[in-house]
Amino acid sequence: MDVILFLIFALIAVACAINVVVQTHPISSALSLVGVMGSLAILYLLLGAEFIAAAQVIVYAGAIMVLFVFVIMLLNAGAETRKGRSYLIPGAPLLIVFLGLVAYYVQRMFPSSTMVRFGGFTGGGPKDIGHALFTTYLLPFEVTSILILVAIIGAIVLARKEIE
Amino acid sequence: MMNAVPISWFLTLSAILFALGVAGFLFRRNIITVFMSIELMLNAVNLSFVTFSYQHKEVSGHLFTFFVMVVAAAEAAVGLAIILTVFKGRSTLNIDDVNSMKN
Repeated sequence: MDVILFLIFALIAVACAINVVVQTHPISSALSLVGVMGSLAILYLLLGAEFIAAAQVIVYAGAIMVLFVFVIMLLNAGAETRKGRSYLIPGAPLLIVFLGLVAYYVQRMFPSSTMVRFGGFTGGGPKDIGHALFTTYLLPFEVTSILILVAIIGAIVLARKEIE
Repeated sequence: MMNAVPISWFLTLSAILFALGVAGFLFRRNIITVFMSIELMLNAVNLSFVTFSYQHKEVSGHLFTFFVMVVAAAEAAVGLAIILTVFKGRSTLNIDDVNSMKN
């Protein structure tokens, strides 16, 4: 059952990721990226990361991708014009060789001793995350709040209208 | 056998998604799609973090994923503001046309 779930959502993720790269119109790429993120959220649930799965859907698919779609609509971005596909000749075989090497080494380094079962790890709920976040990782948490503040101010400064 | 997934499958999926993100980053010419490829790479790395978190029965990987999400949100806000500014000045989204730092 877990294998079937994994295969279904891994296939959806890879298909959507390929679609992100090959679509010419940015809005199609953005919607495919939402598909990748949604299927990754299911895989996070399979790995026992409930909080991260929820945050993935809310923050990534909800907030960040809406921001992308807003900007695409705002700039009225059209389809990309292609100037030949000469890069595919060296690029596609290189990609396949690279992925084959990675898969080979991953299979060798991680023999099938560790299997993922649904419910095999239950330490990923909001309670555990919150406890670790406010004890061990308190300083990084505060630093990220400053990072967010800087990003907000930077975005406002960059995107505002120049006052004459 | 049929009700458990080897951990290497998750890592291979992560590598596939990362490689596709790199391909999109290198080969696409639309600046927004290049930006989305970066998000795809970040997602692939997040999957690796959560997988290793499962392997070690540790919650730290989840927190790193959380911080990566925060950084991605900040990066999207600033990056899209930069895209807006570039578009206002040059009226193009093609990264080949934005080359005033080249010479």
